[in-house]
Amino acid sequence: MSAPALQNPRTKRQLSRSNFEQYSWLFMRLSGVVLIVLVLGHLFIMTLLDGGVHRLNFAFVAGRWTSPFWQFWDLTMLWLAMLHGGNGVRTVINDYANKPRTRLILQTLLAIAVILIVALGTLVIFTFDPNLT
Amino acid sequence: MAKAAVGTLYRGKDGMWSWVAHRITGVLVFFFLLVHVLDTALVRVSPEAYNTTIETYMNPVVGLMEIGLVGAVLYHALNGIRIILIDFWSKGPKYQATMLRTIVVIWVLLMIPTAVTMLTRSIQHMTGGA
Repeated sequence: MSAPALQNPRTKRQLSRSNFEQYSWLFMRLSGVVLIVLVLGHLFIMTLLDGGVHRLNFAFVAGRWTSPFWQFWDLTMLWLAMLHGGNGVRTVINDYANKPRTRLILQTLLAIAVILIVALGTLVIFTFDPNLT
Repeated sequence: MAKAAVGTLYRGKDGMWSWVAHRITGVLVFFFLLVHVLDTALVRVSPEAYNTTIETYMNPVVGLMEIGLVGAVLYHALNGIRIILIDFWSKGPKYQATMLRTIVVIWVLLMIPTAVTMLTRSIQHMTGGA
């Protein structure tokens, strides 16, 4: 193994052609603020209000999703939380997976998981049938 | 130069540990979210499939995990506000340690009644109460 090539001193750093990481940084902060309201509200309603988690069942979900307000709430929360969490895990993978191959495999798995879960959750909210037996 | 030894915003001491905790809680909540969307998707299969699955969660062990989840989300949310203030408020970096102590106090104050309420319900449910 040869030593990695060192750049000459004061060589200009190769600038990235895209601003992706800057937008990603901004997205984490903007989505974070919205998620504080959506997720803490969701947790408060589900775990503390009325009977807490013990009152949850199909009828409860059916009752909530008759309201477009909660459908919109849950849909927004699903998309923002999955993109915020997916982007966070992407950063963690980039920090700790040093081998390009490991990194590629983990990022691919993450992308598949995010796409599948967002698609599934969206499908469920839009096609939910309260009269299903 | 002596000052550098006590650490900077993200290296050493509270600044680093709050960052470590932010990562750990974030990754945990992300994996919970994957499972949570999958179990909720059972409402599309049948009411029985959903109800049976949800009922398996209604025991004190999962109850403790739910308290842990609320605690993780709450820390991540409070520390997220602190990170935003560090990045966008001109005095944010100066007060980062004070803000960390503040959010820890808020976290404890909110988690005590939350954990008590959730634990009480969990035990009531286990012993056949409401």
